[in-house]
Amino acid sequence: MPGTELYQKEFFIKGGDFDKAGEVSTEIKSILKSVGINSDIVRKVAIATFEAEMNVVIHANEGDLKFILTPVEIRITVKDKGKGIEDIELAMKEGYSTATEEMREMGFGAGMGLPNIKKNADGFELTSEVGVGTLLKITIRHKKA
Amino acid sequence: MAERNEIKKLTLSEISEILDCEIVLGLDSLDVEIALVLSSGMMSDVLAFAQPGALMITGLTNSQSVRTADFADAAAVLYLRGKIPEEKTIQLAEELKIPILSTKMGMFDVCGVLYAKGLRGVC
Repeated sequence: MPGTELYQKEFFIKGGDFDKAGEVSTEIKSILKSVGINSDIVRKVAIATFEAEMNVVIHANEGDLKFILTPVEIRITVKDKGKGIEDIELAMKEGYSTATEEMREMGFGAGMGLPNIKKNADGFELTSEVGVGTLLKITIRHKKA
Repeated sequence: MAERNEIKKLTLSEISEILDCEIVLGLDSLDVEIALVLSSGMMSDVLAFAQPGALMITGLTNSQSVRTADFADAAAVLYLRGKIPEEKTIQLAEELKIPILSTKMGMFDVCGVLYAKGLRGVC
């Protein structure tokens, strides 16, 4: 039945923890590979998830990432507690970033994170409350409905 | 020198020889053929133009560079200016099966040399 969850897992992401940043996405990639999802789809999910995970590490205090695999799609929901996004339209613009110089030196803050997520996702929803946090919901289909 | 529009493939082993690389992590993958290159210090730029089997060239040696290569399905990572990642990052690359090379050359020269040999950038 479409929409039935085959697999679900929740992960905690700590803001500012660059040592661990990316571990969640590596685990999700490994799960998708192990169940035989097509490698082009796995790459889309891995890239979108990694950018979302890095966004929490770079910009938020902490966040939860929920991963759901259904017979037709992969759903990733990332809810963080942090400063939120003041202007979502601006944040979606390629090249726009509020990351610090220190984070740029680590290879992040190119202002491509959110556009990369959107580009790889079939469904993309982003809502935010300044001073509270941000909610990102994406879906990526792995089978034609 | 290759014709301007002629794309050629080089094995990792040939690339290593041309750029006088240190093979940091070979993983028995030196016969892998490379035609495309992703070169950037910004990980999101690499991810934005990810193409399976490309060589990722970067000056960034943190663990995210290795994860980025993995998520972008890159064939290998080439670090510049003689940089070698920390041991834990090399271990991560081993787990993710990403070969690592390191050259003393900088980005501009490396890209120029590989372009002349017939490799092409992804974007």
